[in-house]
Amino acid sequence: MQKKLLGRWGVFAVAATLAASVVTGCGSDSEDAASTAEGTIGIAYSLGGRDVPGFNQLAYIGVEPLLAENPNLELIESQDNPTATDDQRAERLRLMAQKGANPIVVVGFTYAAALGKVAPEFPDTTWGIVDDSSVTAPNVHSIVFKEEEGSYLVGVAAALKSTSGNVGFIGGVNTPLIAKFEAGFIAGAKAVNAKIKVQSTYISNFPDFSGFNDPAKGYEAAKGMFENGADVVYAAAGGTGTGLHKAASELKKWSIGVDADEATYPAHADYVSTILTSMLKRVDVGVGAFVKDALAGNPTAGVKTWGVAEGGVGYTTTGGYIDDITSKIDEYSAKIASGEVVVPTDPKA
Amino acid sequence: MKKDRIFWGTVAPLAAVVSSLLLVSIILILRGANPIEIFQVMISYGFDPRNLVSELNQTVAYYLAGVAAAIGFKMLLFNIGIDGQYRMGAFFGAVVGAAVSLPPVLHVLLIIITAMLAGGLWAAIAGYLKVRRGVSEVISNIMLNFIAAAIIAFLLGEELLGILPEGSQNVQTRPIPLSGQMPTFKMFNGEVYSFLFVAIFVGIAYWIMLNKTVFGFNLRATGLSFRAARSSGVNAPGMIFITTVLSGAIAGLVGLGTLLSDTHSYSMAFPSGFAFTGLSLALLGRNHPVGIFFAAFLWSFLERAAPVLEYEGVPPEIVIVMQGTIVLSIVIAYEVVARINLRQQQRAVGKANVDLVKESK
Repeated sequence: MQKKLLGRWGVFAVAATLAASVVTGCGSDSEDAASTAEGTIGIAYSLGGRDVPGFNQLAYIGVEPLLAENPNLELIESQDNPTATDDQRAERLRLMAQKGANPIVVVGFTYAAALGKVAPEFPDTTWGIVDDSSVTAPNVHSIVFKEEEGSYLVGVAAALKSTSGNVGFIGGVNTPLIAKFEAGFIAGAKAVNAKIKVQSTYISNFPDFSGFNDPAKGYEAAKGMFENGADVVYAAAGGTGTGLHKAASELKKWSIGVDADEATYPAHADYVSTILTSMLKRVDVGVGAFVKDALAGNPTAGVKTWGVAEGGVGYTTTGGYIDDITSKIDEYSAKIASGEVVVPTDPKA
Repeated sequence: MKKDRIFWGTVAPLAAVVSSLLLVSIILILRGANPIEIFQVMISYGFDPRNLVSELNQTVAYYLAGVAAAIGFKMLLFNIGIDGQYRMGAFFGAVVGAAVSLPPVLHVLLIIITAMLAGGLWAAIAGYLKVRRGVSEVISNIMLNFIAAAIIAFLLGEELLGILPEGSQNVQTRPIPLSGQMPTFKMFNGEVYSFLFVAIFVGIAYWIMLNKTVFGFNLRATGLSFRAARSSGVNAPGMIFITTVLSGAIAGLVGLGTLLSDTHSYSMAFPSGFAFTGLSLALLGRNHPVGIFFAAFLWSFLERAAPVLEYEGVPPEIVIVMQGTIVLSIVIAYEVVARINLRQQQRAVGKANVDLVKESK
């Protein structure tokens, strides 16, 4: 199934393109300490585990170079399942800590309540949680992103490339987190063309998280938008995005990917000619920096927000389809970084 | 006769579990793992006292889902809508519980009744469609599951009933105040939800209702033969409707253990998938309140042991394979047992006939 979209080779392909920036991205002076690090890193994935391209996989890609450099470093992994309660998730984290993993990366906000319970039980373990900043404990580091800023930039790209004045947004699951992507995309598109029409849809409602891994529905949704006049569509929907890319390549329209550079996914090889760009959410950078600092003995607690200014979100230029407009996009990027433009997080605002 | 039934009723599930273990062993050996070692790890982890408590809490939820499915099965109804009914129950229980302020016991009772009403009314839609319009309850319930999810997603919007705590991405209902929470009690270093007693009560009530009341008799009669029941004066369509509602009301309780004793609010982190679990457990437990309990415990034990397998180099999905083969084997085992019983009966009847003929000569 789609789960296996990006096999082992895909991991390396994406890793190769991102690895360099992981090393430079964290820019800490703990390099020497980390290169002799030993111990066990734990990653608790959200639904789907490491094989789900994008979000989950990026957490793995974030620690992969560290594992390659340090033969004494081990990785243990665990993944959530859809029938799990907070109590079971807590037990999953507890088990990981008992197995001696430190630091432990927890991927996804559904773990927040569980982590809130478990973190105080293991005060000597350093925990990092992606996409949540509600857990406050001295040993918890929150890795959160300004998804709206990266989405704003691809919204700018979409509006600049659109000739019909009509673009689309496909969200995977209707949650406040994905709404940030939508809000940023709309704001970016409107910044370029105040009259632009933005079609918007979501694939599923929680608790049905299938919207993050349903290429068939992604295809139908995208096709509908293209037939409705859109000529650029952005999907913040994990594996569902593959359906968008397929529809775009069939109808010769543009598609925009999310999280990682979707044009480098092996499963997207047939669609690269119509993948305009991808919005990058550098979970790998955030996780890599956190793990490296923790291994070097300088764990940081509190919230680390990765926006445009921090290099935590951005866009890709693979294929060269937006080379003519990158200077314009970068102008907006600079405005966001300087605080001149504040991107909304609520699509209705 | 009765002894026989208990004997075969126990042998069949055991045979199913054993054959599933054999099948899983083969898979494990093919993967190069030692099945005995893997089972040992599962058992030692699963019977760790702290995990036992956790399994017990999960068993409560699965048990209620199993009983809800069993009530339906008795009427030959396939209640695949347990998921939606559970969700409606937990959500509206949480909303009402957070909105009012009542003395402790009354507050909890109100939440429980609300949840049962919400689950029951949601199931009533499928019941009505089945009785009045002849719509298969399977189809309508699958649709209703989606609709329930969508309605709750809508109502959980921030401007309506949901809140988003600072820094969190997990939309949830307002927390239920202390008076509406159910205590936990300490056992083996863990916290057991006192909702356990509600589940026990439901199990006993289910047994009494089914075996000791006219209603239960009518229910079983209608389930065995709709026409026969109808011609003997039972309001069969009415029975189908009431059974559906009853099944939904029990399903509405599924999430309350977690809600009342742990999270105190309904959120996106609430699990899904109770319908298939409930149906499997009712099947495995032969719709018997005690049988379903053991099945529910087995299920939560297996699920509990899944994470530890990841550290043994075994994919945790092996647990799902195990559950799947248990269900498959149980169906086969019951069929085999039913045929053995049938043959014995035929033989007994045949012998009686022969004796009768001899006597008359």
